[in-house]
Parts: sequence; structure tokens; C-alpha cells
Amino acid sequence: MALLEIKNLYASVAGKEILKGITLKLQPGEVHAIMGPNGTGKSTLSNVIAGRDGYEVTKGEVLLDGEDVLAMAADERARAGIFLAFQYPVEIPGVTTSAFLKTALNAKRRQEGKPEIDAMEFLKLVKAKTAQLGMPYDMIKRALNVGFSGGEKKRAEVLQMTMLEPRVAILDETDSGLDIDALRVVSEGVNSLRSPDRAFLVITHYQRLLDYIVPDHVHVLAHGRIVASGGKELALELEAEGYAKYLNAAA
Amino acid sequence: MAVTRETAAAVKEVEQYKYGFVTDIESDKAPKGLNEDIIRFISAKKNEPEWMLEYRLKAYRYWLTLSDEEPAWAKLHFPKINYQDSYYYAAPKREKLASLDEVDPKLLETYKKLGIPLLEQQMLAGVAVDAVFDSVSVATTYKKKLEEMGVIFSPISEAVHKHPELVKKYLGSVVPYSDNFYATLNAAVFTDGSFVYIPKGLRCPMELSTYFRINEKNTGQFERTLIIADEGSYVSYLEGCTAPQRDENQLHAAVVELIALDDAEIKYSTVQNWYPGDADGKGGIFNFVTKRGACRGKNSKIMWTQVETGSAITWKYPSCILQGDNSVGEFYSVAITNNRQQADTGTKMIHLGKGTRSKIISKGISAGHANNTYRGLVRIGAKADQARNYTQCDSLLIGDKCGAHTVPYIETRNPTAQTEHEATTSKIGDDQLFYCMQRGMTQEEAVSLIVNGFCKEVLQTLPMEFAVEAQKLVGISLEGSVG
Repeated sequence: MALLEIKNLYASVAGKEILKGITLKLQPGEVHAIMGPNGTGKSTLSNVIAGRDGYEVTKGEVLLDGEDVLAMAADERARAGIFLAFQYPVEIPGVTTSAFLKTALNAKRRQEGKPEIDAMEFLKLVKAKTAQLGMPYDMIKRALNVGFSGGEKKRAEVLQMTMLEPRVAILDETDSGLDIDALRVVSEGVNSLRSPDRAFLVITHYQRLLDYIVPDHVHVLAHGRIVASGGKELALELEAEGYAKYLNAAA
Repeated sequence: MAVTRETAAAVKEVEQYKYGFVTDIESDKAPKGLNEDIIRFISAKKNEPEWMLEYRLKAYRYWLTLSDEEPAWAKLHFPKINYQDSYYYAAPKREKLASLDEVDPKLLETYKKLGIPLLEQQMLAGVAVDAVFDSVSVATTYKKKLEEMGVIFSPISEAVHKHPELVKKYLGSVVPYSDNFYATLNAAVFTDGSFVYIPKGLRCPMELSTYFRINEKNTGQFERTLIIADEGSYVSYLEGCTAPQRDENQLHAAVVELIALDDAEIKYSTVQNWYPGDADGKGGIFNFVTKRGACRGKNSKIMWTQVETGSAITWKYPSCILQGDNSVGEFYSVAITNNRQQADTGTKMIHLGKGTRSKIISKGISAGHANNTYRGLVRIGAKADQARNYTQCDSLLIGDKCGAHTVPYIETRNPTAQTEHEATTSKIGDDQLFYCMQRGMTQEEAVSLIVNGFCKEVLQTLPMEFAVEAQKLVGISLEGSVG
């Protein structure tokens, strides 16, 4: 069984149809990249999977391990193992990154029937994970995303992902606003999480990110449909030739 | 027979004259209503000296002249209170419940969420318990220790007898009996409260808490607190309880007076969680409180911290009079209103001495149909050279049917003074909620986390043991506020 299966998914925002029949299968261990120009529904797809309000699914299914994801509330989806790394991570004033991580981690542990994590154990874990990602430990004492640089925000997303160990991770334009050094740090973090029982859906506008996070499959999204699929070489072709050919074909 | 009957009738008449009603001094009840006889009764019940009774009567007579001066300037709406329809001494008690099984399950649920031990749950919910509490013996031990150090910590009714010179000198010296409608009423009819005196140079080694009085007699709706920190001393006092407490009295009008002499410091923390009424605004406590501290001595400091989550109506402005040169006043407040609750709260910082400083951090949170007003006054007198004030008022709205209002007054009569005022209003954003929920938190956990972050600056000024419970309380108060 596929880990995440999207079947003929249609979705609209404020009455306007954005996704027009998306079908995708992510097997455990796979990294899929979704590429496409702006305004073709890439972020809509990630928001629909994560369960954000304001998106209406008019047709189709999303299954996680065969379970109906669309029937779950956003927090249930998260606890079931779907993680969305945000394109624009949200500021939470007054809440330290550490407190946020702990609350999120305990929500997951509760789902698994485990007791809340012990304070010392938690600090040890965060220390290990920040070190693993080459992040300054002091970052966890700062209010989450408040006054963070673009790079710090994305690193904080990867730190959360690392702590929560999701089954499926969706990276929504994680490369946007990152310089080359930050891009490398973030990509290394993601790569260290690649594992045979986890799948990634990497949404990006540019091929650049895929030099670092090498995908198994690349899909081109245009006008709400997947118009082409291939291996990692497809990304290079797009880089060279642009999206024009697909946009015209789909229109 | 006829003679005895006559005698009995005569005696009865005398009694009636004395108290205005036929009742036994041993009785715990006084009839409804307010008049001089009721006040004499209260005073007699407490076996008070003449000067105390005179003080009460003076207040009462003054209160009668205020009948048209019930404060109406606050942004609060409630039906007119019939003061003759209340009990002023020992309201009839409800039967004690036999066990926790008889307690409203919703209340028990809240206790559980706050992590309150079973025995305390029983006390708070008004269950009859025969066991001797550990907390009582612990309290007694501490009380003895405090006494040895010269700390006086007792019911104010006891202090009237044991330390009349202190009570006479300081009672009403910060909040005079003529201060305002509710304070005047309190001065006439207060039933009990706490009295604290910290001797010169002593740093009180433990937090003093009304918690220790938890199973002493109900101090009732007109509580009176007087705290004096003598030169160079320090005390931290905790009032209230995070747990919702059962109370039959709808009207609460407490008065708190703090006095800090040279180099003394008083830290006064409150968690107020009286019954807020139901979701439609039925029932709930009316809380009209006058709290004021006087920094009488040089370099003295008074710090108020309040977490106000309960009551249908909160009318409360803990203030500081900064008389001593270089004295400091601070006010940290979190006020949460949900459903139909109304809060009009803030502070007054009155700068009189040179080099006085004050700081105001106010966090108001409104949800449901609630209204939350910050009302504050910073007044800098002509002699307060180099006085400084910093004020920050932040409001957080949850939903689109609630209100947040900020009414700051700044009056400066000294050109060397500096005042700063910052205010923000924000909403809990859908994107913040979604972000938290995408990390697996339930909606309620998300609201609690975001609001706790918003209030952090204030909550972290609470003593440790209070802070943890207060954080939980913040979340519980806002349950169901996001639809």
C-alpha cells in the first residue's frame, strides 16, 4: 500500500477551482518533487493535504496508510504523521521555540499513548537534534519565528520536523528566500531524515533545491493538473527549457 | 403568669432596641439589609473596641450620602444593585455536601485540569471533611516560625485586639473610608481579612498566602486586608486561588491597603477566579475592589501582579502612591474575559516624590461577547523631578464579537518627567492556530499556548508555584472560545 495516496483530487478556494484532478502515490522511502510556475496550485495542494480552513475539496481522496485523511481535522492529520514545512512560518510571540516543540511533541506522545516527556529528557533530545542540524542551541530560547531571519525560520521548521519524525513530510517552497548557505543547511537536515519508512513531497519553483534534495520522482503541476512526471532529469530539463511548453499544453 | 409574660415582652423590646431585630448574639445570622444596627451587630459579634465601631459608623453615615454616587464611569453594564437585599453578616450557608459525587462534574473537571489534590478539591467544593489536613498543621508550624521572627500574620479581626496601635495608625490611611462608594461600604461592613506586619529589616522568608486560611472561617464578601512593611523589609503576599471557588454572595467589595516604609518592598500577587456566570451571562460575581499601596518611604517598592479570569464584572485598579523619593511602583496584569464577562481594570500611578519610577504592563484578552477595558492614570506631581513611567497595554481579541478598550490618562505637572505609552491590539490569527494545529496540538492547546505567550511578561512575575497553575488557568478560561 502506498504511504500517501492522492486520488483524482479536486479542490477550490472561494468558489474557484484550483486543483483539477491530482493523482499521486508516495511509497515509503520516496522523495517526490512537485514543480510548476506560480499560481498553478502547488501551495493549494499542500494546504489541502494538511487540512487548512478555506479550501473545499469537491472530489477525490487523500489516504494515509489507507486511512481517509480528508475526514480528519488538521491536528488529527498532524498526529497521524503528516508534517507541513511552511513556506511562511508563523510567528508565535512570547512562546519559546522550546515550549512550542515540547507542546507539539507531547501532543504526538499522547496520541501514541506515551506519557509527557520528562523535562531533562526533552532538553537532552533538543540538544542532540540542534547539534545534528548544526543549529545554535540558544535558538530554542527565542520566541518561535519572532525576529528570525528567513534562514532561521526554515531551520526551525526542519528542527520541528526532526523532533516530530513524521511519516510524510511536505516541504512547501522551503527554498524561497534562502541564500545558498542556508539552503545547504536546510537540505542537509532534510536529507538526514530520509528513511525507508518516510516519504517526502517537495514543492518548489526552482530546480536549485533539487540539487541538494535529490528526488526519486518529479512532477510538473500546471493549471491544477499534473501534466508530466519523470525522474530527476525532468527537473533539469525544466531548468533549461522553462515551463512554457507545459503551460501551453495544459491551457 | 401575666407578669412573666410582660417581663419577657419587655426584655424582647430591649433586645430589639439594641440590635433592631430579635436575635441571639450567638446566632450566626443577621437579617438582610443594611442599617446602623446591623453594623453594631457586626462590631459586637467581633467584640470590637469602641474606636472600631466608630470608624464603621462614620463610614456608614458617609456611605448614605453617596447613594447617588455609585461609580458609573466604567465601561460596565449591570442592573442596579439593591443593597438592602443583601446579607452583611454570615449569609445563610448551604448544606455541606456529603461527598464529591454531589459536586457539579464540570467543576471537578476543572479541578482535575488544574491538578488540584483531592483533599483541596473537597475543601473548595464545600464537601464536609473530618480528616485533619496536613496543610493545616503545616500552616500552624509556619505561623509559629513567622511569629518568632516578629512577623504578624493574622486575621484583621484579631489584629484589632492584639495590635490596635498598628491598626489604628494604618487602617484607612491609604484607602480612606471616604474614598469611593464600594470602599466606603467595605469600611462600614467588612467582616474579616488579613493583617500583615513585617518588622524592620526582615526579609520574610516565605510567601504569605491566604491559602493558609483556606479552611478557616469564610471571610466573606467584604474582605479587608492591611499589609505594612517596615523599614528595609520585604514580603511577598499571594491572594486568591486558581481553583473556581464556591460562593453564594454575588457582590464582592474588598479593600486592600499596602504600606511600604523606607527601603521596604511589597509584592502582592492575585489570582482571581470567582464564578464568571454562565455562557449567557447569568449569575456570576460582581467584583468591585479597591486596592492601593503607598510607597511612603524613600526607595520603597510596591509591585502588583494580577491574573483576573473570573467574575461576571471586574472593577479593579490596584494603584501606587509614590510618596517616598526614588520609590518604585509596578503593575502587571492579565485580564481574561470570555462569554459575557466584563472587566474594567487598570491602575493608577501617582508620582509625588523625586526620582519615582513606575511601570505598567497590561494584557487584556477578550473572547466570546466579552468586553475588556484597560483604564489607567499616570499622574506626575509638580515636585516629582525626574519621575519616569513606562506603560504598555496589549489587547488580544479572539473572535469578532468581543471588545477591547484602552483608556489611558497621563497628567504631568513636572517638565523633567518622562512618560512612555505603548499600546497594541491584535487578534489570534487563523494562521497561528493552523500552524500550531499542524504540529499536532488541539485547538484548545493552541489557544492556550498562544495566549500564554501573549501574557508571558506578566505571568513570569508570579511566584513559581502560582505561575504554573496560572498558565493552566489561562487555557481553561478560554475553552470553547474559538468556534
